[in-house]
Amino acid sequence: MMIRPYGDTLNDGAIQLSFTLPVEHSVRADEAAVVYARKLGFKSVEVVHSHPLSKGFSFFVVYGKTEISIDFDKIVVEEVEKSLDFYEVNDFIKQHIRRKVVVIGACTGTDAHTVGIDAILNMKGFNQHYGLERYPMIEAHNLGAQVGNEELINQAIKLKADAVLVSQIVTQKEVHIQNLTNFIELLEAEGLRSKLIVVAGGPRINNKLALELGYDAGFGRGTYPEDVASYVVKKMVERSGTA
Amino acid sequence: MLDSKLNLDIRKIANAREISKQITAPVQNYIKNHTTVTIERATLRMLGADGVDTQDIPVPNIIVDLLGDKISYGAARYYINALIRSGGSIDELNIKIASGWDIAKLDMVDLSLIEAKGAELTELFAQKVKSNIRFREKKTEEFKGKENSPLLYLIVATGNIYEDIKQAQAAASQGADIIAVIRSTGQSLLDFVPFGPTVEGFGGTYATQENFRIMRKALDETGEEIGKYIRLVNYCSGLCMPEIAAMGAMERLDMMLNDSMYGILFRDINMYRTFVDQKFSRMINAFAGIVINTGEDNYLTTSDAYEKAYTVTASQFINEQFAFESGLGSHLMGLGHAFEMNPEIKNGFLFEMAQAQMAHELFPESPLKYMPPTKYMTGDIFKGYAMNTLFNFIAKSTNQGILLLGMLTEAIHTPYMQDRFLAIANAKYVLNNIADFAGDIEFKKDGIMQTRAREVLDTTIQFLEEVNKIGLFDAIENKMFAEVSRPKNGGKGLDGVARKAEEYFNPVYSYLEKELNIVTGGN
Repeated sequence: MMIRPYGDTLNDGAIQLSFTLPVEHSVRADEAAVVYARKLGFKSVEVVHSHPLSKGFSFFVVYGKTEISIDFDKIVVEEVEKSLDFYEVNDFIKQHIRRKVVVIGACTGTDAHTVGIDAILNMKGFNQHYGLERYPMIEAHNLGAQVGNEELINQAIKLKADAVLVSQIVTQKEVHIQNLTNFIELLEAEGLRSKLIVVAGGPRINNKLALELGYDAGFGRGTYPEDVASYVVKKMVERSGTA
Repeated sequence: MLDSKLNLDIRKIANAREISKQITAPVQNYIKNHTTVTIERATLRMLGADGVDTQDIPVPNIIVDLLGDKISYGAARYYINALIRSGGSIDELNIKIASGWDIAKLDMVDLSLIEAKGAELTELFAQKVKSNIRFREKKTEEFKGKENSPLLYLIVATGNIYEDIKQAQAAASQGADIIAVIRSTGQSLLDFVPFGPTVEGFGGTYATQENFRIMRKALDETGEEIGKYIRLVNYCSGLCMPEIAAMGAMERLDMMLNDSMYGILFRDINMYRTFVDQKFSRMINAFAGIVINTGEDNYLTTSDAYEKAYTVTASQFINEQFAFESGLGSHLMGLGHAFEMNPEIKNGFLFEMAQAQMAHELFPESPLKYMPPTKYMTGDIFKGYAMNTLFNFIAKSTNQGILLLGMLTEAIHTPYMQDRFLAIANAKYVLNNIADFAGDIEFKKDGIMQTRAREVLDTTIQFLEEVNKIGLFDAIENKMFAEVSRPKNGGKGLDGVARKAEEYFNPVYSYLEKELNIVTGGN
């Protein structure tokens, strides 16, 4: 099935855009926005609103129509299994693992933003989804912010962790990539990589990126604690081959 | 007289203040007998210590490291002694120290000479700060009519001070009253203040005295062009609270993020260190006429904003006490809170408004700092923009003092130039459209908002009583704040705390105590 964006008629290809151009606001600037949108491939381009932002910058709201279509049937995504819920995770652990699962998590490197790791680990959880600290069958340790990769590994050994969660919120200048990569390298050097389930999380992290960097999984925006818990416990069982 | 909409019991309010005073009293006992490495470094900075050595170690750090345990006697004593012995200028002294002159080993000149020189250097600092205050007063008076009410507060965070300037000037020309330069991630945990202009930072720009100076100059220029005094904000938190305050006082910053407990709870800085540091930092801010912004919004990003609303109010009372005890007047206390309730809650708007109005009625003289939604912001920028409109509505209709503008792209990226423009456009629309709304409405007697405020105040008082019963130090250890336990001897920076000797000498501390009418006894 060929598809394109829908405004009010099938296949009209209507798209709204807003952007800034580094030029003083003027009639010429408006025309530049039209030309630019056309160059992006849009037809019937209209600048419906424009406004000066500051010296030498202007803001535009633009509508255009595209003739580009794609074949929806050819779109492939990696389907993620539906997560177990709070109760199911605990039951699953009781049945298949028969001991508490140890999960440690930290916001690593220079990153001081604990919102992500707190949402997953803290008792309170996020948006009425309990954090892992509240799971009776999970022993969760939140190491907090600005934890060095070496320190995280030491703690993983000390606490006999089954899974390590690494949170990265700050992604400016790709600092998270270096830091996430460094962690895997250290784990491998210590010979620990295969013994742990290693998960990355953060608003700019996704499963694909995490796999590329050598993690077992990655969780991005909209992840709830049970999504992570589900993944970890299933993966543990899968690895031990006792499912 | 205060426009009371919530019909709160004034005896209860007075009681909450009284309990807070009892809570902070034992902490003051600890504070008065202790100093810290950063208090000593801040003092040295205010007396003139500046510069770095070849390894970028700041002169104040070199001195304090050389002194070690001797800081119990006050680092100023040794610095001034070296100045007198060197016979040269302060600048020459700083260069000598940066080149390796060990001033800890010198024979001491007569104390009366040190005291006289100390008074002279303190006076130089005081004159500089007083002239900054006069300049600020003159400019705010001159451009008074141009300010928004509440003041619109915008953040820049590029990591590069020169790039920050472009963004800050753009924001100011679009209508911002206040510009905050976010610090580089992790600076709060550095036990020194970096030196010079910086062009690389993560998630923000390093707070350095030179960066303060550069941004101050740029905002003054833009201010003159558009006919407005643009206020500059930085972060007086972390392990160098008093030093940042000292730099801000000298470079005419106008506001400082400065919370009495934030570092302990959210940065895992040792509680003794933080309490001792916060006092001196606030004394400096008070003397320089700098408005502090407290960090209660942080409680709500970790806990539920509806259930834990009382923790915000309790923290406001405690922050207020600590601020009073540092000589800050109410008019310099930007006590914080935030619009962070789950947008799915039925009548959430009424609860938010009750909370904001209550903050105004509890602290009527204070320019309250109101923080926008962040926790429930998603990639749905359209919904985010709508939430920011409701947030702006509450800010204006409950007479908040400082409005930190919400960004529609909060959950996505650091703001684009257009995001700030849209935020200001939203706020200006609301501020104008409901300009006199607050004065034109009353709240229904025993309605949802009055009932909610009463409940939160009652819970606040219960909570404060519990804290008072076990003491603030133990309360923090027992997870009573922000659902996190911070052990008394845990966290960062405890090794930088020293008990003051009988002969402790700090001419700036003494001067500020006198100027601010602080009676602590001690020393």
